Amino acid sequence: MEALVCVTVGILIACGVYLILRARTFPVILGLNLIGFGVNIFLFAMGRLHTNLPPIISPGQTQYADPLPQALVLTAIVIGFAMIAFVVVLALRADEELDTDHVDGKPGGPS
Amino acid sequence: MNHYIVLPLLVSLMTGALVILSSGHSIARQRTVSLGGSLLLILVTGFLLFQSVNGPVQVYVMGNWIAPFGIVMVLDRLSAMMIFVTSLLAFLCLVYAIQGTDTRGKNFHALFQFQILGINGAFLTGDLFNLFVCFEIMLLSSYGLVLHGGGGLRTRAGMHYAMLNLIGSSIFLIGVGILYGVLGTLNMADMAVRITSAPAENAALIQAGGLILFGVFALKAALLPLYFWLPDSYGFTSAPVAALFAVMTKVGIYAILRVYTLMFGDHAGVSANLLSPWLLPIALLTLMAGVAGMIASQDLRRTTAFLVIVSVGTLLAVIGTFQAEAIAAAIVYLPHSTFLTAAMFVTADMIGCQRPTAGTRLIPDIPLTRPTLLGLLFLGTAVAIAGLPPLSGFTAKVMMLMAVLPSPGSEWIWFVVLFGGFLSLIALGRAGSVIFWKTLPLADTGLTGSVNDRDGNKLFLHGPVPYIPAFVLLGISPLLVFFGHPISQFAQTMAHQLMAPGPYIEAVLGTDVLTLFLQSTGGL
Repeated sequence: MEALVCVTVGILIACGVYLILRARTFPVILGLNLIGFGVNIFLFAMGRLHTNLPPIISPGQTQYADPLPQALVLTAIVIGFAMIAFVVVLALRADEELDTDHVDGKPGGPS
Repeated sequence: MNHYIVLPLLVSLMTGALVILSSGHSIARQRTVSLGGSLLLILVTGFLLFQSVNGPVQVYVMGNWIAPFGIVMVLDRLSAMMIFVTSLLAFLCLVYAIQGTDTRGKNFHALFQFQILGINGAFLTGDLFNLFVCFEIMLLSSYGLVLHGGGGLRTRAGMHYAMLNLIGSSIFLIGVGILYGVLGTLNMADMAVRITSAPAENAALIQAGGLILFGVFALKAALLPLYFWLPDSYGFTSAPVAALFAVMTKVGIYAILRVYTLMFGDHAGVSANLLSPWLLPIALLTLMAGVAGMIASQDLRRTTAFLVIVSVGTLLAVIGTFQAEAIAAAIVYLPHSTFLTAAMFVTADMIGCQRPTAGTRLIPDIPLTRPTLLGLLFLGTAVAIAGLPPLSGFTAKVMMLMAVLPSPGSEWIWFVVLFGGFLSLIALGRAGSVIFWKTLPLADTGLTGSVNDRDGNKLFLHGPVPYIPAFVLLGISPLLVFFGHPISQFAQTMAHQLMAPGPYIEAVLGTDVLTLFLQSTGGL
């Protein structure tokens, strides 16, 4: 399971970095989103990976899943969602005001 | 437990909420609520500062969940000073903003209050994840404020700013995640204790986590490879916002100072003095890049934006020696540079308003309508910023240069800071002579009487009120000199509080943990 999670995080972040280096706002926003997903999975895995373990104290249990990273990831997801929503609106406004979706506001040019 | 510690956050939050509730009403009501809230914030933070000067480190335990399980707010001398500086600066920026900036877009006052909430939250929190949350509150409001007033340049600069900071937030989470994975806690005092006794096989991960966090703080503080967002976003946004942002880079500096003295100081075992080899050279390079930017810029607003980078470089170079004396001197320089950079942003904006075609660009235009007042303001601010006597820039720089003398690398700090000061003086002198002396005759331009600025707004600088915030900001400089002795004593005790984290840990976690901490560090 560890290897699978590692590879997933790696692929997500690598794709995200590739997309962020594009010069158009849409791929950049997608890239930011992918990096956000990768980081959230990473943060979640920092509480160690378990299956079928309760996060809350219950009778007859000796092992628990760490609940704190779950709470952290929840916060990070909410914040990340708000930020992406904001950047989408910002990109639309930039497209309207600058008449281009280039991140530097340059008209035309290679993507 | 001191309940007053949470009050600065509540005041800003409630004021922001009240402003939103009154958004359907006249702008006058929003202004009253916002100004009233800011004034109250000054009183509250002044009271907390007074408490922290005489008292020990104090803690507010959220919901009475004992640390390290709950979230704590910690008030020591550094955070008390930072929240006071922020609220004073915010009030003065607000007084300038209600001269007309706040009507150029929606929800200025609400965003402004939430911005202060985020900044003060970052200064007060004792928890690394909460620091992330406060950074996000601060950033989300700052995105709105950067774009306030609209315009293509602002949108472009705002987009770069927002995207860079989103990447920064992701990296922050990676750093936090690594440290949590190794240490199992996010309370900063608890992390400090656990780092001291961390086994050597975890050293690489802890150091990696610590340095990843430094990357994020460097982005916030605008250190060398990560400062390119700053000149555009500070240069193109509206003046009161840029003036308030003078304290935003200080949040990054505060975070560096807090994390790397508390968690990665002398006492941190295998990860001790993590940042020492990095901070000083990076900061000196930042200073040089900032000065070069000042010399090269063709616009007073951009020159001022580069001044922010210069002050960040100066502060972090001195802090980078990690000596108590040097940190004390840097703490004296910090409010000086914050207030004076803000004064320069406001002055530059007033100059720009009175030059109909050139704005703040350094090309000749018609004479200013109030050359004496603005000239005095510009001269005073430039003298203080460049570090000439008799204003606070001089005393603060002397203190810093004397304090770094025993440290290795001090000759580099002396050279770069003094030469940088000289070049800033040239840049500011050139800007001043173009703006005030190299003027076009009024008849040549065909302009008469009433002129509009570039955004098409009527120029508002007829009464005396717009000049008040700038003069108050400038007036703080002689006060810093006049009360130099008590301020430097306060800074000394603050620096010693930072370098010896025992009392901080005792305040957050209790005496038992402190004993453990002292045992594992050998009484440091």
